[in-house]
Amino acid sequence: MATRGMSRATRSGLSILGIILIFVVLWEGYKLLWTALEWSWPVRPDDRTMPHTWDIVGALFQPAQRNGPPLLWVELKAAFLTLREALVGFVIGGVVGFGLGVLFVRSATAEMAFMPYVVASQTVPIIAIAPMVVVWGGRLAVPQWLTVSIIAAYLTFFPVVINTVRGLRSPEPTSMELMRSYASTPREILWKVQVPAALPYIFTALKVSAAASVIGAIVGELPAGFRGGLGRDLLQFSQQFTAAPQKLFAAVVIAGIAGIAFVGVVTFAEHRFVAAARRQR
Amino acid sequence: MTPAVEAKGIGKVFGRDAEAVEALRDIDLVLSPGDFVSLIGPSGCGKSTLLRLIGDLATPSAGELTVNGKTPGQARLDRDYGMVFQSATLLDWRTVKKNVELPLEVMGFDSGSRAAKAQEMLALVQLQRFAGHYPWQLSGGMQQRVAIARALAFNPSLLLMDEPFGALDEMTRELMQQEVLRIWEETDTTVVFVTHSIPEAVFLSTRVLVMSPRPGWITDEITIDLATRRNEDTREAPRYFELITEVREALRRGERSDA
Repeated sequence: MATRGMSRATRSGLSILGIILIFVVLWEGYKLLWTALEWSWPVRPDDRTMPHTWDIVGALFQPAQRNGPPLLWVELKAAFLTLREALVGFVIGGVVGFGLGVLFVRSATAEMAFMPYVVASQTVPIIAIAPMVVVWGGRLAVPQWLTVSIIAAYLTFFPVVINTVRGLRSPEPTSMELMRSYASTPREILWKVQVPAALPYIFTALKVSAAASVIGAIVGELPAGFRGGLGRDLLQFSQQFTAAPQKLFAAVVIAGIAGIAFVGVVTFAEHRFVAAARRQR
Repeated sequence: MTPAVEAKGIGKVFGRDAEAVEALRDIDLVLSPGDFVSLIGPSGCGKSTLLRLIGDLATPSAGELTVNGKTPGQARLDRDYGMVFQSATLLDWRTVKKNVELPLEVMGFDSGSRAAKAQEMLALVQLQRFAGHYPWQLSGGMQQRVAIARALAFNPSLLLMDEPFGALDEMTRELMQQEVLRIWEETDTTVVFVTHSIPEAVFLSTRVLVMSPRPGWITDEITIDLATRRNEDTREAPRYFELITEVREALRRGERSDA
């Protein structure tokens, strides 16, 4: 195969390009074929419903407003702000989630007392929670971006709690007895056996959380009234959809890339911290 | 001399009321320092439970138990014993060397003396070349040797082994037995060894305690008067076979009294 001898990075880069190419071909092919056959189901092939891929990319290089900077620049700045909120939310959610996980594994009482609320918290939709956070945050004079981060954290902590609990309980009972035979303290057992054993579980959760924190930040920006982030732009472009659909598509592409970048960073950290030894299994 | 282990009328009951299961009844035993004692019996005879009581991984329901003249709990806190389980129980994110260092980390040795001690222990079990390997890169026998090195790293006076070679093939098993005897001679550790293999118990031990189930108790005690230095020739000595027969008959008697 031609791929042999290439570095891993080159290969994954090529495969990403390949998938983009396949997607473009499918998208444009659908438009061509459905137009020729005059089909309109399930999606109309016209330029309003499905703008040409080059128009979407082109929209990124046209000014967002008359005489303004190109859309790409505006959206990259927006993505930067949103990612920063997402990152802070991710860290808050991760720390709180890990802390709760440790607490629940240490204390069955705490788990019984709090776990139902942790679960219940996730059945309440974010759009219901967000305004409350905004109002309370406003009262306490919390900066707007931090309010958004707290909303993002709300989506982030749950997978971390669940997987931390699962992971901390994953070591074999004999590993725990072994530590007991050394007269180790619970803290030593936690850090030397349970946490290392839980790392693969926690990183799985963190990947879910990284994506969720971006969504949380985007959605959180709306009730918080945060300007300049992706949330506001996505809302605005969706209102202008009939006039300029390619702008919304372009913003969605940027939001998607932001999410991929974040999850990518977490995956990189996972490879770095979860020992090479365990990749074999 | 203080006995390494002394038990008087030990009993152990799991569960309570109608669901209570009596695992051990009226266990008396005295182990002198330097002994190599095997507990042998069919599964369910409580031999592992007895070992766990000695290691303070469970608490007796009745009787008196001392380890080096102390309560088992105190002996555990004093790190008087090392434990080897049937599965090697190595931490798979640690290298062989780091696994051997685990108890030393807990016990507060500095990194220099940890490394030196791990080196010495790996030499003892002849695995120096594998210090940087991860557990999954080793065979089952090698993993168990790491577990033994780890159990001995902090020089405990007592080594508790719970069917350590139960999962190994026969050839590896015999090599490991040889190895354990060599280590026992080199380190003057007292060993309590749980097994259900008659030849293994006879080959290794100075004494074999035969147990029978429901409730578990010690039915016979057989002193193994083979030469102190045992090797592959021992396995073909007539006395070895006589003792195997003796242990087997003791086990049968235990079963019959049960029926």
